[in-house]
Amino acid sequence: MARYAMVIDTKKCVGCMDCVIACKTENNVPEGFNRDWITYETIGKNPDLHMEIRSERCNHCDNPPCVYTCPTGASHIHEPGGTILVTAEKCIGCKACIASCPYDARFVHPDGYVSKCTFCIHRVEKGELPACVSVCPTYCMHFGDLEDAESEVSKLLQSRKYHTLLPEAGTKPQIFYLT
Amino acid sequence: MSLLSRRKFLKISGATIGTAAVASTLTSCFKPHHDSWSENPDDDKIEIIPTYCSICFWKCGVLGYVRNGKLWKLEGNPSDPLSNGRLCPRGTGGVGAHYDPDRLKSPLIRVSERGEEKWKEVTWDEALNFIADKMKKIKSEYGPQSLAFFSHGPGGTFLKHTFNAFGMKNIYAPSFAQCRGPREVGFELTFGEIIGSPERTDIENTRCMALIGSHLGENMHNSQVQEFSKAIENGASIIVVDPRFSIAAGKAKYYLPIKPGTDIALLLAWMNVLVTEGIYDKDYVSRNGYGFEQFASYIQQFTPEWAYPETGIEPELIRVSARELAKNKPASFVHPGRHTTWYGDDAQRSRAIALLNALLGNWNHRGAFFVPMKMSIPKYPYPEYPAMEYDKADNPNKKFPFVDESEGVTNGVREATITGKPYPIKAWFTYATNLIQTMPNHQETLRAIQNLDLLVVVDVIPSELAGYADVVLPETVYLERWDEMNTAPFKVPFVGIRQPVVKAPDDQKENWWIAKKLAEKLGLGHYYPWKNIEEYLRYRIESAGYNWDEFKKKGIIRGNKEPIYIEEGVPEEFLTASGKVEFYSTTLEELGFDPIPKYTKHETAAPGYFRLLFGRAPVHTFSMTQTNRILSDMMDENEVWINVDIANKYGMKTGDYIRLKNQDGVISNKVKVKATERIRTDCVYMVHGFGHTAKGLKGTYMKGASDSGLITKYVVDPLMGGTGMNMNFVTFEVEV
Repeated sequence: MARYAMVIDTKKCVGCMDCVIACKTENNVPEGFNRDWITYETIGKNPDLHMEIRSERCNHCDNPPCVYTCPTGASHIHEPGGTILVTAEKCIGCKACIASCPYDARFVHPDGYVSKCTFCIHRVEKGELPACVSVCPTYCMHFGDLEDAESEVSKLLQSRKYHTLLPEAGTKPQIFYLT
Repeated sequence: MSLLSRRKFLKISGATIGTAAVASTLTSCFKPHHDSWSENPDDDKIEIIPTYCSICFWKCGVLGYVRNGKLWKLEGNPSDPLSNGRLCPRGTGGVGAHYDPDRLKSPLIRVSERGEEKWKEVTWDEALNFIADKMKKIKSEYGPQSLAFFSHGPGGTFLKHTFNAFGMKNIYAPSFAQCRGPREVGFELTFGEIIGSPERTDIENTRCMALIGSHLGENMHNSQVQEFSKAIENGASIIVVDPRFSIAAGKAKYYLPIKPGTDIALLLAWMNVLVTEGIYDKDYVSRNGYGFEQFASYIQQFTPEWAYPETGIEPELIRVSARELAKNKPASFVHPGRHTTWYGDDAQRSRAIALLNALLGNWNHRGAFFVPMKMSIPKYPYPEYPAMEYDKADNPNKKFPFVDESEGVTNGVREATITGKPYPIKAWFTYATNLIQTMPNHQETLRAIQNLDLLVVVDVIPSELAGYADVVLPETVYLERWDEMNTAPFKVPFVGIRQPVVKAPDDQKENWWIAKKLAEKLGLGHYYPWKNIEEYLRYRIESAGYNWDEFKKKGIIRGNKEPIYIEEGVPEEFLTASGKVEFYSTTLEELGFDPIPKYTKHETAAPGYFRLLFGRAPVHTFSMTQTNRILSDMMDENEVWINVDIANKYGMKTGDYIRLKNQDGVISNKVKVKATERIRTDCVYMVHGFGHTAKGLKGTYMKGASDSGLITKYVVDPLMGGTGMNMNFVTFEVEV
């Protein structure tokens, strides 16, 4: 079985939002909505500051509360890869998944169903990278299979320090931030 | 559950979903294929057409994706050396330029007072006849010298040709006196060569780079940002000098939070450390330096301790950062920056940067600067232009000795238009430049406009300047037109094609068509021996020995890799007056200027005032992109960055709207506060390009504040005429 994950190097990311825009055009995300976004975190007092910039999106959790709360089975785990997807035709727009997601990664599409990052599964299954990864001008984003010890993402997690978002939520997020 | 019943469910529970209002606005946004959209494009008809980007001046190679006949997405062309297949956020979001609902749709002729933005729609024939008649009248009354053209970007090529054929040589680009000019002058005086665009910096291979006020990552000069990331990956040391903790500062080994306006003091102190500690490249300097003895003795006085009270940078930090540069030479450099018109002594500051690089012995060395290579494409054989036996109006008696005449001094010709000296200017034509937001002091620009008998604006959106135009000509956006090819100098020579990816939605026309038709109306049709631009481009590409059909298909032709570093065999030579690197400039001395850069204290803020600084965001270009709905979705207004302690003192917090008032009493539009640790306490910062006041720019009208509106004061660089714009101070009007 494959386990798709994203490894993002915060040392290289400049927070330019190219990933957000590439997602918007690739996936026709409507005006006013985004499937991914940038978080800038600054700590310290001027001039001794430290900044972390992160490209964030659905964490495609290994323990996904959105899937468990969905009453219709619209939110589901897609295999191979363990990607969390929403089947629009099954979604009733009840927003239980939105309430359960600790990352605020989901929104109601104007057409009435819940939408979010798909890891660009339509590209990945053709051997391409997600749009955000392939556009990034700083090459800070990596996508691959954590089950494969030789994959770029596996090797990066073996050799670099990293963290995930809200690990205490117990969701087992599959987006890793190199620091 | 069937689709129908799901929709029915939504209708019933619609109020709680709260998306109805959003949905109703979708007709006006970039929804190219909303109705038939499926996540998987496999069943759709997809065409991929190469072109090159024009959302900024970097001109990256693009692959335009057309899905079922509509523009879908833009990706970088993998064979393009500028983008390496990855566009910047603006380039990726260029889709929104095509779908922008605020675009100009048909030619317009003004029907009321200038600035009232009232026009009637006319045909192209009417508009061009009107312009041609006026041009002929002005030429017969005042001569061809009384008409001026301002242009930005490659699209101005054909209009320039028509205007040259008409006998006009008052042709200008704000990229010199409002942007890059000082840097080019400073480097040319030192090394005999300019930096040029794209910059010849070899960031990718550097071991240490210092940025002074240059905020890479926020200014998205695509190749530079890509190389910056590689430098970080390679473990290069980054030194950032900026009053604001920029994105680049967050990547830096050494961050120097300099007091604004004191950069020359820091540069002198850095050079003092290199010279007094004997850690500069002595062999290089003794082999190539001219006037080093005078320079070395002059530099003794500028110790880090001397610089400390000026710059606010601790002497030890000055020393360790200078040593970091020295340790990594020659693969270390101080970036020359791009927008360098700050304080009026900018050419000299740029010269100090050049001299510091000279001490590192890095000119044309790998990891610092490279020798740009340009594809040689023969010109089209046009008839000779008429003789133009007059001087341009911008720089009478060569008051500014170091002006690039091809771009000229825009503020000089504005002054001539106001005063009528050295001769009256009666017509302005502009292409892709919104002079009201581009140039400092709006009132001067408006006074100049009131003296014109004709103002013609060629643009894609109804800018502030268009509001004052007699005739507005709607151009197609770059994704919809043929245009001049791109042969920008870079690490490998290449040529890029600009061809239409999609059709223009309304009655917009391509600039070559506008220029050719205007020439015909002026009786200059013989200057266009070609029928259409394809014939022109094909002639040039085939004369260079390339295949036209292949060019159209691939979009990029790359030339052979040639040596670009001294390490690869480039000769060590300098095209200065002395043939050496000029530590002491006799050229400057003879003209009465400082032969070695001097530090001058600049005016500081009065109590309660803060220096206004401005810069870029990665998702916008100048004042050109704010109505692009994809880019405005990323950032739809600017914020004023205020140090959090100052904000607290004034009772302001992040998200509050305030107004800024400058030293001359000019009050800005309301603007959101960003209270942050990331800026010094003596200045504030805004992203340029917002605060639009043109009513036709519906998507951005009155959103954010205009920095250029607050820039009423500017200091002119005596060497090259550039407008130093960081000389304005603002205070806060908290009640909005």
